[in-house]
Amino acid sequence: MSASLLQVRVWRGGATGAFRSYEVPRRESQTVLDVVTYIQRRLEPGLAYRFACRVGMCGSCAMTVNGVARWTCRTHVAKAVVHDTLEIAPLANLPVIRDLVTDMREFFDKWARAKGRFVPTATRRDDFAVVCPDRPERRAADAAIECIGCGVCYASCDVVRWNPAYLGPAALNRAWTLVNDVRDGDHRTRLAAVAGDAGCHACHTQMGCTERCPKEIAPTASIAGLKRATARAAVKGEL
Amino acid sequence: MKGVGPTTPAASQPPLLEKEGRSSRGAVRAEVLLWLAQRASAAVLGIAVLIHLATMSYAVRGGISAAEILARTRGSLGWLLFYGVFVLAVAVHVPIGLRTIAQEWAGWRGAGLDVIVVAIAFALLALGWRAVWAVCA
Amino acid sequence: MNRAWRARNHPAYWAFLVHRLSGLALAVFLPAHFLVLGQALRGEAGLEGALRWTDSPLVKVAEIAIVVLLAAHLTGGVRMLALEFLPWRDWQKSLAALAAGATVLFGLAFALALVGGG
Ligand code: FES
Repeated sequence: MSASLLQVRVWRGGATGAFRSYEVPRRESQTVLDVVTYIQRRLEPGLAYRFACRVGMCGSCAMTVNGVARWTCRTHVAKAVVHDTLEIAPLANLPVIRDLVTDMREFFDKWARAKGRFVPTATRRDDFAVVCPDRPERRAADAAIECIGCGVCYASCDVVRWNPAYLGPAALNRAWTLVNDVRDGDHRTRLAAVAGDAGCHACHTQMGCTERCPKEIAPTASIAGLKRATARAAVKGEL
Repeated sequence: MKGVGPTTPAASQPPLLEKEGRSSRGAVRAEVLLWLAQRASAAVLGIAVLIHLATMSYAVRGGISAAEILARTRGSLGWLLFYGVFVLAVAVHVPIGLRTIAQEWAGWRGAGLDVIVVAIAFALLALGWRAVWAVCA
Repeated sequence: MNRAWRARNHPAYWAFLVHRLSGLALAVFLPAHFLVLGQALRGEAGLEGALRWTDSPLVKVAEIAIVVLLAAHLTGGVRMLALEFLPWRDWQKSLAALAAGATVLFGLAFALALVGGG
């Protein structure tokens, strides 16, 4: 810990606005969310930002910190600070509502468009499905299942930026877990929904998502799995 | 400091609520097949370029001359077939890549683009096969 | 470093940029390449005339550059095929390094052959 004061620049306003500077005392084990909370409590009561769990479970606190999308409640200032300065902005690739709050509707609408909902095949009268933990499908789903929907991957992806219809890493990763869910009953519709130019085939393996995912998921690997599965379906004429 | 902040202003975002106007099934399938064609041609090119690089590195030793090149290639069915396939793969691979770049970096999509892309494919094929014929026949 | 680049400064993004820019350059170069070789339709003298243009040192440097770009696009493409068609987890960063290494080797081999004679 070097200086006892942090220089913090925080985005104020909507799509148009400006950074405003604040000085925040440096503390031990301080997270970026602590810094934002300090500003809101002591310096700028009107500052809008989101958080809920503060322990990396809810996915609501993601922001752009010194240019990089991060979950702020689990990011220590020490990890993100450059020359005792933090620049905190809302997530990229999403419309800004106010200050650090973005409109996540498009992000979650794309989960729906990717058919990210489980389609059950059993009824309550059926017994529990037994899925062996060693099955390759189960392992593939496991590797991708821990997503908290924070939007860090979506904000870190240039394909999202260049191709507004692109479903994005989180929605595709979700679809991949369901493609590997042996209990799910609608693989075909889902594969059709995630194929093509707005879907997995738009991905250029830039891996911004995989690089930045705070849960260390590799959406790029999930998307590659979808590319193979959908290409197989397309060749068979099942798309 | 304006403009360096949130990188995508709301104005450039697509309409927020469901624009379910996703492209038709046929269009999606076409995109997937284009993607596959890009990878299949890449696999062919992977081998062809390797051979091409090796031949070139060998051929340029002591400088290149037309006589030396033509002595190797003229009347060779092997080279004719090799470079014929090479050019075919190029004519598939290059236009698909250019199409993606036009879409992402120039924001150009739609039928007009596709017509140009097909034209580029045939132009490359014609120019390329002409060159192969010139050197190998 | 500029903030916009800080987020993108990782091996896979660089690999993407190199792949895209080298591909673009090769696409521009190809028609010229085909046209030069097409001069052989006018016989050996036709091709020789077109080739002598390559004696200038500037063109030689450009030649090495285009070969390096071709090698980069090749190795980057093989990397991409591996990432898309093989199940992977942890070795993707080594793969990018491998592609870069192979590109340098190809470039050196060609440059030596071109300059070193034989
Ligand atoms: S506040 Fe819940 S993940 Fe950060």
